[in-house]
Amino acid sequence: MSIILDKVSYVYGRKTAYEKQALRNISLKIEDGEFIGLIGHTGSGKSTLIQHLNGLLQADSGGIYYNGRDIYETDYDKKELRSKVGLVFQYPEHQLFETTVFEDVCFGPRNLGLSKKETELRAFGVLRSVGLPEECWYQSPFTLSGGQKRRAAIAGVLAMKPEVLILDEPTAGLDPKGRDEILEQVASMHRELHMTVILVSHSMEDVARYVNRLIVMNQGSILLDGRPGEVFQYYRELEAVGLAAPQVTYLMHELQQRGIPVDTGVTTLEEAKESILQAFSGRTRSR
Amino acid sequence: MLRDITIGQYYPSNSIIHRLDSRVKLVGTLAYVLSLFLFRNVFGFAAVTFGLAVLVKMSKVPFRYMVKGLRAIVIILVMTGLFNVFLTPGEPLWSFWKFTITQEGLKNAGFMIIRLVYLILGSSLLTLTTTPNQLTDGMEKGLRPLNKIGVPVHEVSMMMSIALRFIPILVEETDKIMKAQLARGADFESGNLIKKAKAMVPLLVPLFISAFRRANDLALAMEARCYRGGEGRTKMKPLKYEKRDRAAYLIIGGYFIGIILLRMLNFNFHIEN
Repeated sequence: MSIILDKVSYVYGRKTAYEKQALRNISLKIEDGEFIGLIGHTGSGKSTLIQHLNGLLQADSGGIYYNGRDIYETDYDKKELRSKVGLVFQYPEHQLFETTVFEDVCFGPRNLGLSKKETELRAFGVLRSVGLPEECWYQSPFTLSGGQKRRAAIAGVLAMKPEVLILDEPTAGLDPKGRDEILEQVASMHRELHMTVILVSHSMEDVARYVNRLIVMNQGSILLDGRPGEVFQYYRELEAVGLAAPQVTYLMHELQQRGIPVDTGVTTLEEAKESILQAFSGRTRSR
Repeated sequence: MLRDITIGQYYPSNSIIHRLDSRVKLVGTLAYVLSLFLFRNVFGFAAVTFGLAVLVKMSKVPFRYMVKGLRAIVIILVMTGLFNVFLTPGEPLWSFWKFTITQEGLKNAGFMIIRLVYLILGSSLLTLTTTPNQLTDGMEKGLRPLNKIGVPVHEVSMMMSIALRFIPILVEETDKIMKAQLARGADFESGNLIKKAKAMVPLLVPLFISAFRRANDLALAMEARCYRGGEGRTKMKPLKYEKRDRAAYLIIGGYFIGIILLRMLNFNFHIEN
């Protein structure tokens, strides 16, 4: 069970003055249960890439296989694919349209042709799991706060029970608290529902803590692909393409250069603390 | 998906047409549109076709790109054609039940469709080669005399430029919302007319909300920069006629007179309008 991309290329506005190659020969394998961070500067092709994964955009060349089946086969059910690969767009709150939050969340499952009972059960379930307070459920989505709207919109995609959840900059425009809450919720869903999650972001700091694989894109190609600790070792290359490693990476490298034997592959503050304490205690012991 | 709409879009290039003063282009377009309804014989038609072809060539805008804009009016073309073919009285060519096709009808339909196509091509040439800003500046300066009789020229041209500027933004927005709803299993294509109309609700409601939000943001941004209409407002790039603009005026004048002369030459090939 996996998503395989085989040499996918895509060009926007072919044969116009605005022609732009958005993806160049992307080959990628996404395994079940992975938590992937897709990082890249604005215009690096990350949003284009994820729209290929659920068939919204069709590659100009190359193939995409979901669970071993070619999604470009003529009899492949795109609607089914879209229910399996849930895509939450940037600013998803702009897609809300129903009279109540609850109704809006029901839109997805209803499109799948589920029964009324199943639809509503799912809506209750996801509204609870995204942590939206119950008094909001029957309000107009337009009366909610920004963070609540976003949760409602994410719930709308989750209600389709996707196997793969893709979130395009889910924290854009949120305050630090709202950002952490959303990311925590996504992480807990990954843990509990065993979903494959792809988190698109341009902030390393945001994703480093959660993901177990990082894919860095630059100008339509994959620049780096690996565990966060490995990827951050290339912080100079990351800087060259307008990104940055988390601050702890810089700290650890600095410490190492001054002769303190710390692990430069750590990604979070807690791990860094452990490593530094260990380095110092090892030192005192050896004396 | 929806990025194919070319009406009112600017096509960046560096042709002589692009560099002309926008007032010249506005006057030229007006003369061209009038000329479309002045010719009544093949010679006038040939002259207009030649003029249009030269302009398209000079503008360096790919012809294919322009033709795409015609897709939007196909229905109007078909309707106009049918009405003209069947409802023009005259020499009957062919009769079927209540419908009669006349010679005059066929001729009328042909000319009418050509006129409409040329109308769209010509006027899209204006917007393709002129940025909305230039267009508004040109309108504003060209129509300034109307200010004296109380026409709010600046406001009208400002509204026009905003409207033009917002076409691509709203198209992009529609595309985005459409994709977001498709990702939630929406279906915009299948089903009968009622089902299709219903399927538009998840698209139109967010689109309207976003349009209002954008309008509100824009109004605020203009307020914040102390916008207060055209009174005493200066331009960063004031319009100034150059040599090529005067030459263009001469050509436009010549063209227009030529078309009128052609109309007056009464060949027996004329059609009545």
